[in-house]
Amino acid sequence: MRYLPLTEADRKAMLKRIGAKDIDALFVDVPPEARLDSSDRPVDLPRRRSELEVERTLTRMAGRNVSAGAVPFFVGAGAYKHHVPATVDHLIQRSEFLTAYTPYQPEVSQGTLQYLFEFQTQVALLTGMEVANASMYDGSTGCGEAVLMAERVTKRRKAVLSGGLHPQYRAVVENLSHFGGSTVHALPPAINGEEDIVSAIDSETACVVVQTPNVYGSLTDLEPIARAAHENGALLIAVVTEVVSLGAVRSPGEMGADIVVAEGQSLGVGLSFGGPYVGLFATREKFLRQMPGRLAGETVDGEGKRGYVLTLSTREQHIRRERATSNICTNSGLCCLAFTIHLSLLGEKGFRDLARLNHHNACLLADRLSGVKGVEVLTPAFFNEFTIRTPKPGAEVVEALAEKGILGGVPVSRLEPTADAFGDLIVVASTEVNTDEDRDAYQTALKEVLA
Amino acid sequence: MMNREGRATAPTAQGSEGAVATFTGNRGLDIEEPLIFEVGSGEVTGVDIDLPEAPENRLGALARKQGIGLPGLSEPEAMRHYVRLSRKNYAIDLGIYPLGSCTMKHNPRLNEKAVRLAGFGDIHPLQPESTVQGALELIDTLAHWLKTLTGLPAVAMSPKAGAHGELCGMMAIRAALEARGEPRSIVLVPESAHGTNPATAAYLGYKVVSVPAREDGTVDPEAVKERLSEDVAAIMLTNPNTCGLFEPDVRAIAEAVHEVGAYFYCDGANFNAIMGRTRPGDLGVDAMHINLHKTFSTPHGGGGPGAGPVVLSEALAPFAPLPFVVHGADGFRLVESLDDDAAGEAFGRMTAFHGQMGMFVRALAYMMSHGADGLRQAAEDAVLNANYVRACLKDTFSLPYNHDRPCMHEVLFDDSFLKGTGVSTLDFAKAMIDEGFHPMTVYFPLVVHGAMLIEPTESESKASLDQFVATLRRLADAAREGDTERFTGAPRYTPVGRLDETRAARHPILRWTPEQNASQAAE
Amino acid sequence: MSTLRYTKDHEWIRLDGETATIGITNYAQEQLGDVVFVELPEVGKEVAAGDEAAVVESVKAASEVYAPVAGEVVEVNEALTDAPDKVNEDPQGDGWFVKIKLADKTALDGLMDEDAYKAFLEESA
Repeated sequence: MRYLPLTEADRKAMLKRIGAKDIDALFVDVPPEARLDSSDRPVDLPRRRSELEVERTLTRMAGRNVSAGAVPFFVGAGAYKHHVPATVDHLIQRSEFLTAYTPYQPEVSQGTLQYLFEFQTQVALLTGMEVANASMYDGSTGCGEAVLMAERVTKRRKAVLSGGLHPQYRAVVENLSHFGGSTVHALPPAINGEEDIVSAIDSETACVVVQTPNVYGSLTDLEPIARAAHENGALLIAVVTEVVSLGAVRSPGEMGADIVVAEGQSLGVGLSFGGPYVGLFATREKFLRQMPGRLAGETVDGEGKRGYVLTLSTREQHIRRERATSNICTNSGLCCLAFTIHLSLLGEKGFRDLARLNHHNACLLADRLSGVKGVEVLTPAFFNEFTIRTPKPGAEVVEALAEKGILGGVPVSRLEPTADAFGDLIVVASTEVNTDEDRDAYQTALKEVLA
Repeated sequence: MMNREGRATAPTAQGSEGAVATFTGNRGLDIEEPLIFEVGSGEVTGVDIDLPEAPENRLGALARKQGIGLPGLSEPEAMRHYVRLSRKNYAIDLGIYPLGSCTMKHNPRLNEKAVRLAGFGDIHPLQPESTVQGALELIDTLAHWLKTLTGLPAVAMSPKAGAHGELCGMMAIRAALEARGEPRSIVLVPESAHGTNPATAAYLGYKVVSVPAREDGTVDPEAVKERLSEDVAAIMLTNPNTCGLFEPDVRAIAEAVHEVGAYFYCDGANFNAIMGRTRPGDLGVDAMHINLHKTFSTPHGGGGPGAGPVVLSEALAPFAPLPFVVHGADGFRLVESLDDDAAGEAFGRMTAFHGQMGMFVRALAYMMSHGADGLRQAAEDAVLNANYVRACLKDTFSLPYNHDRPCMHEVLFDDSFLKGTGVSTLDFAKAMIDEGFHPMTVYFPLVVHGAMLIEPTESESKASLDQFVATLRRLADAAREGDTERFTGAPRYTPVGRLDETRAARHPILRWTPEQNASQAAE
Repeated sequence: MSTLRYTKDHEWIRLDGETATIGITNYAQEQLGDVVFVELPEVGKEVAAGDEAAVVESVKAASEVYAPVAGEVVEVNEALTDAPDKVNEDPQGDGWFVKIKLADKTALDGLMDEDAYKAFLEESA
């Protein structure tokens, strides 16, 4: 078998050296009743196959999917299609990045440690915060961890969630809170921030969680919410699911956020049907010791040469065990690398331009779609995503558009199945990949579907 | 006219009188590389963006006014920066990576090709299900392989990593107990367990009670029974355990645990030793997470991403979290909401979207390539390789347990053999680096002193193992012969020497700042 | 006239009048390695004997420090925030952790004196 280097002669020689009669002798501790004997059929699954055969099978499976690049594409709501430069994917496939382990032996891991240090800096700069970690699994689990962190810092047990927070992020927080024994006050879905979140904050509140742009695409000014939170001794957690927005919009740090969690998928990572993604997590220096996740830190070696190491590990589970800040063990390694390479290639100018182009395209699309009879754009202040109301149920419209070869967005009913009032809403995203032809196609198809 | 001028073409016998410092600090192919903040600039970009002349701007007061401070690199500069960084990393593709409990096996490149098929890589999780039937089919197929290999009827696919899977499995257990109206408060964890186990249990509000190992390093069912009561929710057992041994009394332990109405959580980090040879379902396991990045070859990527699907018994299956794939007459669909009729008693959501699709594709490519027979062979070769290393080293290294019983896919040594030499486990590890090997796992598990846990995996050839053990033997001899400098001064041949971790923790510098740049320029 | 005692968890406690100063011994700091951070309790906190009074962290390890006796925390060693190395350099002097106002001064009677602690260390070696 192509991945197994041992030959039969090797195996014989090795068994002899060990002093074992056969391979079964090494599995002697497995209870006889539970043994899958070598003479029996092995487990009921297909036998080994060549690369050619496996490729054939998987290509067939992949061929049954409609890829974003093949059609006019406007799907967002937490994951976004952006163009990733060829350099990124090429670099992350280098052996020394792809097949390296966690940098526990720093002398042979300076490559990994340095890019993590660079990544941490970029995340802090983007979010307008003081310090960032080496990534969480994704934005949603990062959001959950942020709530737990706020509870540790404030020693309170209640989280207030904005009605603009991604419903699946809300579900993650609710799940963690249920099992962790704390409470969640989730405000009802609110498209343009038409909620009185300030009144929901009191002296029992550990944190307020607000997403901007929110899941409907609407931008929120965090400053008044930050003020209210701080007046009550609570922390403001800002959630950003479209990291490219930070190129055009005021950073949460500037607006007073205490913790910022973001989904980094837009840069370097690709859609990948939902994972793996990369969670960005940043906070203020004073909360450093309560921050979960890995941290790369700068130091020197015996000759005074600059180098990097994983640090402040005592927060983590392999040392604190039951007293750890989190049970998290991995970060998002390769996805961090993809993110940091993409952002290094963009730089300040490229990133700001990319953001402006996204917003521009979304504005063009919003104008086109609101020109279709019966269609209303509900979110006046948006970055690259907005919500439309149509005369027919959103799910039906999206399905009909798909049949016409347009992936037109996410029906709100998919994310909030019980909010009947939102059944006719669709969240539509537009990034730099959309062309005039795409917009034409969408407008035409929407007209036909609504006729 | 011919070239008439020759020049020297063989080395002259000058020898080296010692290292000559270079002006750059580089050493031939070993090139220094500063931070992007020190070499990049805000005006440079490696991405051409076609911005229209007068782009729309409806952001109003929330538009960004402050600069971000990001450096940019052109494509050639970026290639150099990252290629130079890559060369400072050890990797599986470079040599043996004998990290116990990590299963550093070869990462097949077919996996990388498969995951980059547009139909897998370029699809959005919230596209209409009719447009992603192949993706749902893949998840369903992988789920089938995992269930069949483990002998358990259900699997939760969404956890993003092993520790996340642990959390998922323990949440399912707590949900099952809540449904029974039995809020138990204790979880049993062997002393040798990985730190994520007690961390997970503690998070869920359980009191962690430690179970000591017996003399041979395994768990005594009597020790478990002594600690069992109707207040125990579960035991979290790793099998094979963190000492590299199969728990011979696992079924007796499972029985005792089930008898008091508790559940058996199995940490599946070491599944590589037993796949195709035994099924956790047959050993009494109720929930087990599988590390796709360990057993099923998805790349470690410098620390992640991983994936930690959790197989579940009949009793726990109803509580599996959202979302999951169901296969109906019309094709595949996702159950994403608690309001869906098929949601059953799902305890909620672990993450947004559906799970680590990128790792699913890779793992399935790996499994299909091996087939049932190949996976079994891989487990056997992994165990054979570890026992071979054990046989070749046991007379010169010190085994804390079991001089006669075989180990599984990894072998544990302690530091007794270094006693009196002035060489610690850490020093030994650093000397291995100079020899061109990544060290084994050190100081874990905590139950032995100066632990050295070696897991070669099935990817090592006999020649590779022979070179490895021969070198370790010579190092052990060198330590005992008083060649301490070799160890305490190691590593010498790496881009940096031993780093000051105390300083890094006492005075954390976790990012670059513009002031640092100024002070560097001044130097 | 101050009284110095030791616990089996390698803490020392020195009573001066009504206030007891607590820290970890030289043996403990050696076991831990370079101390990088100390988590101190809040002033005013009431502790029972055996309660956790502080947590001390090195690069690779973390350890609880227990209150050997019951009382109220009246002072904590703020200097350790910027200079945790004091714990390594002067564990029984500048590296002190907390001062407790004792509820019961006789509580020290059950603890080891200097000679008993030395013997205890030798036995455990």
